[in-house]
Amino acid sequence: MVKRLSYVLGLKCRECGREYEKAPIYVCEYCFGPLEVAYDYQAIRESISRGAIASRPPSIWRYREFLPIDGDPTDGLYSGCTPLVRADRLAEALGMKELYVKDDSVCHPTFSFKDRVVAIALSKAKEFGFDTVGCASTGNLGNAVAAHAAHAGLKGYIFIPSDLEIGKVVGSLIYAPNLVAVEGNYDEVNRLCSEVAYHYNWAFVNINIRPYYAEGSKTYGFEIAEQLGWRYPKHVVVPSASGSLITKIQKGFEELHQVGLMDAPPKTKLYSAQGKGCAPIVTAIKDNTDVIRPVKPVTIAKSLAIGNPADGYYAARVALKSGGYGEEATNEEIIEGIKLLAHTEGIFTETAGGVTMAVAKKLIEQGYIPKDEATVICITGNGLKTHEAVLPNIGQPKEIEPTLASFEKIIMGKQ
Amino acid sequence: MPVKVRIPTPLQNLVGNQSDVSCEASNVGELINNLDASYPGIKARICDEGGSIRRFVNIYKNGEDIRFADGEQTSLGDGDEVSIIPAIAGGY
Repeated sequence: MVKRLSYVLGLKCRECGREYEKAPIYVCEYCFGPLEVAYDYQAIRESISRGAIASRPPSIWRYREFLPIDGDPTDGLYSGCTPLVRADRLAEALGMKELYVKDDSVCHPTFSFKDRVVAIALSKAKEFGFDTVGCASTGNLGNAVAAHAAHAGLKGYIFIPSDLEIGKVVGSLIYAPNLVAVEGNYDEVNRLCSEVAYHYNWAFVNINIRPYYAEGSKTYGFEIAEQLGWRYPKHVVVPSASGSLITKIQKGFEELHQVGLMDAPPKTKLYSAQGKGCAPIVTAIKDNTDVIRPVKPVTIAKSLAIGNPADGYYAARVALKSGGYGEEATNEEIIEGIKLLAHTEGIFTETAGGVTMAVAKKLIEQGYIPKDEATVICITGNGLKTHEAVLPNIGQPKEIEPTLASFEKIIMGKQ
Repeated sequence: MPVKVRIPTPLQNLVGNQSDVSCEASNVGELINNLDASYPGIKARICDEGGSIRRFVNIYKNGEDIRFADGEQTSLGDGDEVSIIPAIAGGY
């Protein structure tokens, strides 16, 4: 087998196809289209096998050939390879036969799928020689950047909307980054960051490092296929904010076929899940168009509250082209979704996961997802980060005196 | 009625490497045409072959996305500030 470190040919514009050398750039100078990493798939094909992957440690780096770094990975060595839970109790509740939860609420080290992308971004940022990293974040990304930067010894600047949940604020502050709370919504934070990025030579993971960073999301798809015994599921329900994850899961599935790890191309239908009040991608899917109309977000799913989704166009197209669909969840449905997953599978997810759960339930009820076909629900973050969303809806502990009599009276209802 | 236009890095070489320029216009569409008269070639970068603003270009008037106003017909006046910003990613 041929062994080499990098299979990256360079960057290529997704819109006009212009090619660029590897650099911390993210947008086509000519048409403003997003740049994407181009790989030498023939070389990957010659170097990789299912056996080789199986022999490697359980992290995102077991798919090293598909990831855009040149040297050895330095970050996120324990990120990824999260459980694909066979969710039989949830399946029963929804009348499904074969249902799985891909559970990134336990991703190392910050309990969301953002550990995957940040692992790539920071490894790459160091290769480019940056000593400072930054991001615009709805919370999870900030947590991941702060933690990985601490581990890597990099300086970090994290920009968040000032109304974030306390769990997500604490989840960044503990790593002592420069945490900047901006008065505004995520789209405004992101816009500010794009201007800061022009003035400071930092590695902004979701801006100038974005082509590399975003590739980390493919590992979520690789793991689903590998954990199903090298099989594609029939349906995958994916939460969408910027629209990146759904497109990268699809890309990951396709790459597996492209390099011969899968015999046939994927026929998986992909579904986009958004919160009602911030569903520009779902709206486009329902209108059968790829024109994204931005919105001003109003939803408790703050981690999905991106009204102007950069990859929205691609996300809508992936869902439509795959034969999938999209649906939105109200705040009440989000809470019910969180509780349903907790009560049936013992998994506590954040509001974004509640969106995905609620949308999966709707799509099954509406018949978009047939009850006898293998379906994966993408749970991407941890409920302890957004506990205030469910706090009023889960009851209170019952207080008793430290006596058996008190226990029997109050808890067991004996007089 | 001069409008201040903030130019993104990829376009700055077309405007003499300035990060902002001043331009007269009563709406965004007119602004793009007038910019092109002063700095030939800039319209082809902002707009596609059909003359519409490219999918991955966001234009803001005083910080507000023009898609929340009247798109290319969004009116402009003295002292307004227009930013041209490539779409950026984040989130899921």
